Amino acid sequence: MFIFFGAICVGGAINLLRQKHPIDSALSLVVVMGALAGLYLLLGAEFLAAIQVIVYAGAIMVLFVFVIMLLNAGAEEHTRGSRIALLFGVPALLVISVLTTWLALKSEPSAKAVQVGALYGSAQEIGRLLFNDFLLPFEITSVLILIAIMGAVVLARRES
Amino acid sequence: MVHVSYYLALSAILFSCGVLGFLIKRNIITIFMSIELMLNAVNLSFVAFASYWHALSGQVFVFFVMVVAAAEASVGLAIIIAVFRTRETLNPDRVNLLKL
Repeated sequence: MFIFFGAICVGGAINLLRQKHPIDSALSLVVVMGALAGLYLLLGAEFLAAIQVIVYAGAIMVLFVFVIMLLNAGAEEHTRGSRIALLFGVPALLVISVLTTWLALKSEPSAKAVQVGALYGSAQEIGRLLFNDFLLPFEITSVLILIAIMGAVVLARRES
Repeated sequence: MVHVSYYLALSAILFSCGVLGFLIKRNIITIFMSIELMLNAVNLSFVAFASYWHALSGQVFVFFVMVVAAAEASVGLAIIIAVFRTRETLNPDRVNLLKL
């Protein structure tokens, strides 16, 4: 199951990089987020899996697709700078990715395997933690959301 | 029964894909999507560590990261709309008023 979802994740991420049109990239990002929700379920975080699907794949990606269609975004154009970035960026990132992967796989040979359902992150447990230990950050995020709403309204308003 | 380091490796690969997209893409919306991909990769390692250490607080952090990502997406897309209105382009190379 891990290999299945992981392959979907990596395939979606690579497809996001390959596509020229932003709407295709957005749809492959939705695929990545859905597969990540499956991985969260494998790790026992069922509340987070639901939130991932609702908030990320639902709300945020709908916002992205909405803006892409609103701005009528076409295929991207390549400039000199992007070719240089492509030429040096791809090998460098491949090296970094292989190195970090190798480090992660090698670092703790004695580490125990993650069991399915070993940690049960239900909505009840998360909510108890959120409203006891993390009450102050939770309240601060509500202020942050309020500021973000006001900022979005002010920024997107038409000057008159 | 999957080793926790496989999750970390997958997270590293996804994060690298996000950085790569951030560098090579020339569409401001796609660059924004690459940032979301990076945030998701970090979330995956948060959940993997939460499962590894048997600590639920890691999952609460993922919750906060999602809240911040939602706020960031709304404000960033509003900025993109404002930029498109004044510059009529989505290419960040053409938004170069502050460049020498």
